[in-house]
Amino acid sequence: MLEVKGMDVYYGDLQALRGVSLTVGEGEVVSVIGSNGMGKSTTLKAISGLLHPRRGSIHYLGRDITRLSPSAIVELGISHVPEGRQVFPSLTVLENLQMGAQFPEPIRRGAQTMEQVFDYFPRLKERLEQKAGTLSGGEQQMLAIGRGLMSLPKLMMLDEPSLGLSPLLVETIFEIIHKISQQGTSLQIIEQNVHHALCISHRGYVLEDGAVALLGPSQELLSDPHVCKAYLGL
Amino acid sequence: MNLALALQLLIQGILLGGIYGLTAVGLSLIFGVMGVINFAHGQMMVIGMYISYWILVLVGLDPYLSLPLAAGAIFILGYVIQSTVVNRILDFPEAMQVLPLVAMGLILENLALLFWGPDHRSPSTALGLATFTLGTATVDVSRLIAFSLAIAFTVALFLFLKKSAIGKRIRAAADNRLGAQLVGIKVNRINNIAFGLGAATTGAAGALLLPLMPVSPHLGHDFTTTAFVVVILGGMGNLLGALVGGLILGVTESLATLLLPATLKQVVSFGLLVVIMLIRPQGLFGGRR
Ligand SMILES: Nc1ncnc2c1ncn2[C@@H]1O[C@H](COP(=O)(O)OP(=O)(O)OP(=O)(O)O)[C@@H](O)[C@H]1O
Ligand SMILES: [Mg+2]
Repeated sequence: MLEVKGMDVYYGDLQALRGVSLTVGEGEVVSVIGSNGMGKSTTLKAISGLLHPRRGSIHYLGRDITRLSPSAIVELGISHVPEGRQVFPSLTVLENLQMGAQFPEPIRRGAQTMEQVFDYFPRLKERLEQKAGTLSGGEQQMLAIGRGLMSLPKLMMLDEPSLGLSPLLVETIFEIIHKISQQGTSLQIIEQNVHHALCISHRGYVLEDGAVALLGPSQELLSDPHVCKAYLGL
Repeated sequence: MNLALALQLLIQGILLGGIYGLTAVGLSLIFGVMGVINFAHGQMMVIGMYISYWILVLVGLDPYLSLPLAAGAIFILGYVIQSTVVNRILDFPEAMQVLPLVAMGLILENLALLFWGPDHRSPSTALGLATFTLGTATVDVSRLIAFSLAIAFTVALFLFLKKSAIGKRIRAAADNRLGAQLVGIKVNRINNIAFGLGAATTGAAGALLLPLMPVSPHLGHDFTTTAFVVVILGGMGNLLGALVGGLILGVTESLATLLLPATLKQVVSFGLLVVIMLIRPQGLFGGRR
């Protein structure tokens, strides 16, 4: 459903991505791994329209979305849960979730989607009137994912959802992500937590210095000697 | 000291402070959402005064009734300035954001000069000279109406930001621009509306001020300065702080005339600014930023 071809992205004169190509199929879970500064977040920013590639193209459900605005891309059903959560700190949890639904269909089904979000994250329901800025890091991550779900995405992109969470919470978050994928949503997950990410995904990409260094089914990557050595510390 | 006079000045200060508060709320809203200081704020207020002046002279409609028109016109002016100029400079360093807005102020000021000439104009409005007495003090009816409408306008703005769908989007964009883009909010359009609303409040303040003081093209600087002092007093980006700050400045300026000649008004407002910068630089209600 998503097809990125030969994408070059620059920050000013600095080239961050070199000919990145990747695909995400219908209902598929894909992880993108790589160490710090390799271009993982940049890849997601380009797909969600925050940055525009200088070369290459991005197609989604057969449509060229390379030059669309972030808003248009959300409307088409791609939701980007960014690095660092980026919740609205002075808005309440409820208002944050409401802000996740910006377009007629998601707004119409808002109440129903919110019930689903509370199903995944009962903790959010207990804190509806609390300002998002006063939530713990883990709760903010739940809120960011919940807010991303409110737009009824067909493809959800998660940027390091487990960063800074306690081991127990990491388990919970990955369980929920797995549940979300089982509801039929395609997922693209960026992770430093390579083992967890590959465990719940079908395929994986390894980014090195802004280019795809390795790709393949998750099982193969998990047993690949390079991946084991560089990312799993084995 | 004359107690009756002091009471009289206190009342006048509060009433004028409401209008200071209103224009400062607009400046604070613009800063809170976009992070830019609208250096054309006072000039927009002057244009608001001239618009209600024009309507009064041409159609005979009282400024209190033409207030929505003045506010609406300045809303459009703000919307256009944001969409053509300010949206392009949001990522510039702060020092570079100053110039385009100062330039806007100069353009507006000279447009006023072009259209209406340099003369002071003081229209006589229906309620211009009406008063009533409250104990020993005399209250101007037009000041009381201006104050009440200023408070009503401010409350309406608060409610709009708190409850309406657009208001929530404005607060979201002010809180986290990246987050707002990612949920699909059209942030540029929300910015346009926010600047328009901030401008509309100062336009409304202009209409309210028209019956109280003669209008001339060069008043803008003083109004910008006043609004700026009030916003710093209340805490940058804090709307409630702006309202309270307006009342404080109004009362301080007014009571200071007991001791100082009225022409030294600016000394008082800047003195207050210096004091607040020394003892509480984040403003009375400031916490964030
Ligand atoms: N706004 C920016 N301006 C300039 N350079 C940037 C910017 N954002 C990222 N970069 C650079 O682009 C490269 C890729 O950054 P990116 O954020 O995509 O890395 P990442 O793989 O997500 O890393 P991390 O795991 O630390 O989040 C890095 O070298 C980074 O320094
Ligand atoms: Mg990153």
